[in-house]
Amino acid sequence: MNNKIKIKINLNGEDITCSSGQTIKQAALEHGLDIPGLCNHPDFPPPANCRVCVVELKGCKNLVTSCSTKVCDGMVIRTDTARVKRSRNLNIELIFAEHIEKCPTCVRRYNCPLLELADKYKIEITGFKDRKGKRKIYKFANAVEIDGSQCIDCRNCLEACNTLQKINYLELRGKGINQEVVPVSEKSGFSFRRKQSKVDCIYCGQCALHCPVSAAQEQTHWPLVEQILKKKSPQPPFVKGGEKIVVAQFAPSVRVSIGEGFGVPHGKVMTGQIVAALKKLGFNYVFDVNFSADITTMVEAEELLARVKKGQDGPMFTSCCPAWIKYVESFRPDLIPNLTTSRSPQIHSAGIIKTYWAESMKINPKNIVVVSIMPCTAKKFEASRKELKVKGNWPVDYCLTVRELIFLIKKNKVDFNNLKPLQADNPLGGASGAAAIYGASGGVMESALRTAEYLTQTAQDAVCRNLVNSEKANEKFCNTTIEFKDVRGLAGVKKAELMLGEKKFRVAVVNGIGNIKPVLDNLKDYDYVEVMACPGGCIGGGGQPIPTTETIRKKRIAALYKIDGKSKIRRAHENQGAIEVLVWLKKQGKLEHEVLHTKYKKRS
Amino acid sequence: MDILEKIKQANLVGRGGGGFPVAVKWAMVKNAIGEKKFVVGNAAEGEPGLVKDGYILERHADKVIDGLKIAINFLGAEKGYLYLNHAYNKKLSKKLNALLKDSQIEIFVKPIKSGYIGGEESAVLNAIEGGRVEPRLKPPFSATRGLWGFPTLVNNVETYYNVSLVNSGHYENKRFYDIAGDCPNEEVYELPESWTIEKVLKQTKNYPKFPFFVLVGGDMSGEALNSRQLKRPAAGTGSITVHSLAKSDYRKIIKDWLDFYAAESCGQCTPCREGAYRLREAFLGEKTDWALFNNLLDNLAETSLCALGSSVVLPVRSFMKNVYPQIYESATNITNKFI
Repeated sequence: MNNKIKIKINLNGEDITCSSGQTIKQAALEHGLDIPGLCNHPDFPPPANCRVCVVELKGCKNLVTSCSTKVCDGMVIRTDTARVKRSRNLNIELIFAEHIEKCPTCVRRYNCPLLELADKYKIEITGFKDRKGKRKIYKFANAVEIDGSQCIDCRNCLEACNTLQKINYLELRGKGINQEVVPVSEKSGFSFRRKQSKVDCIYCGQCALHCPVSAAQEQTHWPLVEQILKKKSPQPPFVKGGEKIVVAQFAPSVRVSIGEGFGVPHGKVMTGQIVAALKKLGFNYVFDVNFSADITTMVEAEELLARVKKGQDGPMFTSCCPAWIKYVESFRPDLIPNLTTSRSPQIHSAGIIKTYWAESMKINPKNIVVVSIMPCTAKKFEASRKELKVKGNWPVDYCLTVRELIFLIKKNKVDFNNLKPLQADNPLGGASGAAAIYGASGGVMESALRTAEYLTQTAQDAVCRNLVNSEKANEKFCNTTIEFKDVRGLAGVKKAELMLGEKKFRVAVVNGIGNIKPVLDNLKDYDYVEVMACPGGCIGGGGQPIPTTETIRKKRIAALYKIDGKSKIRRAHENQGAIEVLVWLKKQGKLEHEVLHTKYKKRS
Repeated sequence: MDILEKIKQANLVGRGGGGFPVAVKWAMVKNAIGEKKFVVGNAAEGEPGLVKDGYILERHADKVIDGLKIAINFLGAEKGYLYLNHAYNKKLSKKLNALLKDSQIEIFVKPIKSGYIGGEESAVLNAIEGGRVEPRLKPPFSATRGLWGFPTLVNNVETYYNVSLVNSGHYENKRFYDIAGDCPNEEVYELPESWTIEKVLKQTKNYPKFPFFVLVGGDMSGEALNSRQLKRPAAGTGSITVHSLAKSDYRKIIKDWLDFYAAESCGQCTPCREGAYRLREAFLGEKTDWALFNNLLDNLAETSLCALGSSVVLPVRSFMKNVYPQIYESATNITNKFI
């Protein structure tokens, strides 16, 4: 099918040219006319159920939905007649009536399509009586929630959970006005009919990312962060009374997406602005998780080589993605031995802050509060895992999504775009290019391979075992690959083969948990597998700005690889600061394992 | 002459209520490209006031099945389904299964609680596939992308009965009329389709002697006509329900419709899910907001995702236009008598 055939249509009395295969809505947008709509997310086929984008089509008795109707040559379309206005406004008003406004504390407050439409068409948002006041809020661990009282019944969350991610944790119950999205674990019907559901939520948050309003959303922790910021120490690192040293740390992918919340073009790198904004919000110190991504890479690469040497059974899996970890624990506990024991960058970073950094700053770790800014909802759950405690302290105290940070910045009227960029605090500041690409699907794999290949070529099994010799090793170190392009991009499963020393090494990257099946069905074919639960990796994470679409994912990814390409050092093991931390940890006995490694458990 | 030509010459139209030309639908499925094709006979019959599909299956099951087989042969279809509501299955499954032995046709029982929408063409397909019973977004139509994405012919069982008659040369341009309500001879009749409603009522000795109105084409989705409007043939499903004007409580009649549509909405689209609910709310409120009521009706007619949403408009509007003035008139007449 050739979608590029040019055809002519008439839009509001004006003849325009457009491409066949386009919908009326797409063609109109290309000509500067934005037809409003609420239910259509570009990731999915249009459900056409909100009926807000209706237009008049000559020859059609009824109005048609412009999101689902394709253009045909000679079509005569009107979007401005009384009929269209009546139905569009009435349908918007009807939708308002099923959405209980919780605007003051809603993270979507500054990015709300309902408020925008109300303003644009001057529609009263409280014309009808609320009918969903008694709907429940379903909370999934501490990560995600579905608030039935805000749902506008577009069903995108179902599409995200069941078709995109193939988790099937959400289902639609009831019909008509009683229709409700509920988790499958929610009991219904007679007790003798109840079946114990084996399906569990992995907290990926794709439901929230695809929700046009904020019915599916992260469980917000910003109010707690606001509270704790009131207790921050005015003279860090000194604390007195109940004061706290409040520390922020932000993930690799946040820097390329946060700008979108402030109207900055997609994929603009805003590292300096993030640091400045966090400082403006009152954080005492701000650290870049990229630093610890280099730690993660080294720990993981060493483990990979050790496993290969031992001749392990089946591939080693990455563990940076907490939704993937939850997936394994819930659905495939038999694969737990195959997960790398390395902690994720978020937990590495926070653990190092509360040990290495605390000691160097002479701060009692109990007085440090670490707040993560993550592209992810599952990271909230990860932060609450007991097994990750270091010396009895939670490494991460609070975890915010990018959306929550954008909300906080706007709520506090910080002029993000005009902030003077600041550097992240040292000594946990510098990072390699390999850390930056952690945010893209295939990035963790590529970073680990860069270091694994170096270790193999220099015949080392650990990055800092022979630290004294490492300078020499680096000199000797010759022409290893930097860019593993086969593992990049947005394909569902990416495969590559390479030589590590004498051994042929087979790797796979799963881009989005919905694509996991073919890899799980053929585990024998791989030695190392990266899995990111969200399409595109963390840059498409459940905590990222809305909208997140295929085009936007591509732009965010491109920005990360650009950072990598421009970096002075591009391999994790070249990060001297990180090496220093590893060497320090090595001298701490049991603490080294506590900070760097973790364990997993089966969940029923 | 092949069956399509025969159907065309007989001018068969679908008997499920839509009145779509049968030959056009068959040709669409025939011409659609697909590895497999399916045939469905629809006897969901979920609308109050309708019993004719059950009547036909009880008396002419052989012909219905013959019609299904003709369709399967014509299309080279892989399989046929006879989609029955629960009551018909309970009553007739033994007999039907005996007739379906060694055929490519199997009975599929309409899911319990799937309601009125469970009979909508694409909802039927979802039901057979095991999905949520609700209509699909069209296009694509079931003729090109039906069961499991394959071209599928869905017709009412009366249509297949007619196809069988057309094939054997016995079709006499008749149709089935469900006659019920305030009349002595409630029954299903097979009579010429060209007859006017008045003639049908008179010939079956059901024409009332009191002031009345009728609902034609289904008690929930049909058109309300007064006694002066009966010189036309019955449209839609061919049901005629007689109501005595004196006995009718107009608020209750409208409320029953609004209750029905609010309860039967599948929940997919805004104008029906929210609109039908608000329509009821507007009508039952202390003071009916008629401007809003009319806007909601227009919106249902013009923006609903399927025919269910727009169906509420015809009975309500035709009742207001054709019958309501008569109630008023007859009430005045009665009052005049007393003066």
